Amino acid sequence: MTTTTPDLTGDPARHRKERRVKMVMLAAGVLTIVVSIAIVLSLLSEAISFLTQIDLGQLWAKGWFPRRGRFDLRTIIVHTLLVTAVAMVVAVPLGMGAATYLSEYAPRTVRRVLKPLLEVLAGIPSVVLGFFALTWITPNVMRRIWEDTELFNMGAAGIAVGILIVPLIASVAEDAMRAVPDALREASYGLGARRRHTTLRVVLPAAISGITAGFILGASRAVGETMIVAIAAGASGGSLLTFKITEGGQTMTGAMASLAIGSDQIAGVGAAFQSLFFVGLLLFVFTLILNVASERVIRRFRERY
Amino acid sequence: MNRIDAQPTSGASDTDRPLVFDVQGLNVFYGDFHAVRDVELPVRQNEITALIGPSGCGKSTVLRSLNRMNDLIPDARVEGQVAYHGVDLYGPEVDPVQVRRHIGMVFQKPNPFPKSIYDNVAFGPKIAGVRSGLDDVVEDSLKRAALWDEVKGKLSESAYALSGGQQQRLCIARAIATRPDVILMDEPASALDPIATLRIEELMFELKEDYTIVVVTHNMQQAARVSDRTAFFTVEVGEDGTRTGVLVEFGDTSTMFTNPSRKETEDYITGRFG
Ligand SMILES: Nc1ncnc2c1ncn2[C@@H]1O[C@H](COP(=O)(O)OP(=O)(O)O)[C@@H](O)[C@H]1O
Ligand SMILES: [Mg+2]
Repeated sequence: MTTTTPDLTGDPARHRKERRVKMVMLAAGVLTIVVSIAIVLSLLSEAISFLTQIDLGQLWAKGWFPRRGRFDLRTIIVHTLLVTAVAMVVAVPLGMGAATYLSEYAPRTVRRVLKPLLEVLAGIPSVVLGFFALTWITPNVMRRIWEDTELFNMGAAGIAVGILIVPLIASVAEDAMRAVPDALREASYGLGARRRHTTLRVVLPAAISGITAGFILGASRAVGETMIVAIAAGASGGSLLTFKITEGGQTMTGAMASLAIGSDQIAGVGAAFQSLFFVGLLLFVFTLILNVASERVIRRFRERY
Repeated sequence: MNRIDAQPTSGASDTDRPLVFDVQGLNVFYGDFHAVRDVELPVRQNEITALIGPSGCGKSTVLRSLNRMNDLIPDARVEGQVAYHGVDLYGPEVDPVQVRRHIGMVFQKPNPFPKSIYDNVAFGPKIAGVRSGLDDVVEDSLKRAALWDEVKGKLSESAYALSGGQQQRLCIARAIATRPDVILMDEPASALDPIATLRIEELMFELKEDYTIVVVTHNMQQAARVSDRTAFFTVEVGEDGTRTGVLVEFGDTSTMFTNPSRKETEDYITGRFG
């Protein structure tokens, strides 16, 4: 009886090819990291250069008027938070309603039609939403509620940003709810629960971490949204601090946009222009914190079923 | 301990127990698929009725038609009569939610909610609108499910901290808390180790004092050990290859296991099936 040693050698050409593919992937990964680091570093150096040119008291001045050397951070931060808050007030109920309907109520056929429709909503360019805010939301929503609403106002911008982030919140929440195993729904129905009990007391609590993470991501997207606030929130020249959403106001992104496109007549010159990078860095830190927070929420309250 | 011997021997006194379910001509379809055909099944009060048979023969399907859980499957259709204490469960006036409050269910895999032990047990009463005396209901249900001593000090801890066997007894306690009349169990011990399985079987035995139990099991010894009556199902393969579940034989467990009247039953219970 003879035993032959099995031949387990692979094809060397195939080996080389796999190695090449791996190298390309690695290069792409490294390049991404290098570019990211370069962006952060250039932001940092410009921001530091900005800080060295100004008196730090200017960051606490009356209003955000870069041309006049007033860089009040409270103004643009408060306005950013106002727009984001309005956006969340609009987007959370709409997004949760859509997610709950799609995940728990819609028959399969309806879901098959509605889900792609939500993606279409996500694909609306924000410039379109910005004009929609200015030409429709301001007269038909804002001025219906507050007659003296300014033409450019943070409320309309916030509502439009809210519409923009509805698909994000809805799709993250829907994914979280559909990830809840049917065994839990069966347990609930088996105990004589109606659908609304099952949804409110079993599915939503079980999906809460994913849903919360979606809210944070939505807020992060709202903080970073630029085009809508640049068009509809107004105050391209700068603004005073206000807490009224019926008035125009400069947000962090709005301030950057008007600096960058030179509507402030200061493109490329001096501290005013470099403030662009400082605000950019601030925005970067803001959204980074929010994104890390959403990661944390997901990891800390990871659903165990 | 031979608990079968402890049973009243089959006779007139047995059949005197009132009927809880009277299933007549039950057919269940999933879309075009005819899953179960012409099932006749009497279920008597304070007895354990076991449904046995090979996988895919429709045991779960029949069980789920006893508390209208099949309503949750979009294209499932139930035909025939399921009378529950004389009331047609599929009658037009019947609310499936009310049905499930009377007829509780325990599933194959323990499925506690991601909530505390207390909130798991209190879930059913709470959604039924019970606001007061919840503590007593929780304690009583956990005692009946033989879990109280193990969890009384940690009611606010997550149900997921319990072992598989404890989770399944928690699910039984949760079902008991709605004060049902019948408890349906779909292979309640199949995901558990032998010791946890034995505890569940002992528990079923205690529970039949107060409840009527219908249990699906693939474990012959288990059916023989715990049940009063056994329904044996099998799969009939039509000439076009369609597989339909049918009830082959129904009777007293002791008779079925010692002197089955059908050859298929004997082959199955002696392990000579297939
Ligand atoms: N939700 C469903 N949709 C379609 N077919 C199903 C569904 N549930 C069960 N079936 C089919 O019905 C038959 C009986 O299933 P089941 O009642 O689960 O059998 P058992 O519990 O005896 O293993 C099987 O052929 C199974 O594939
Ligand atoms: Mg089954």
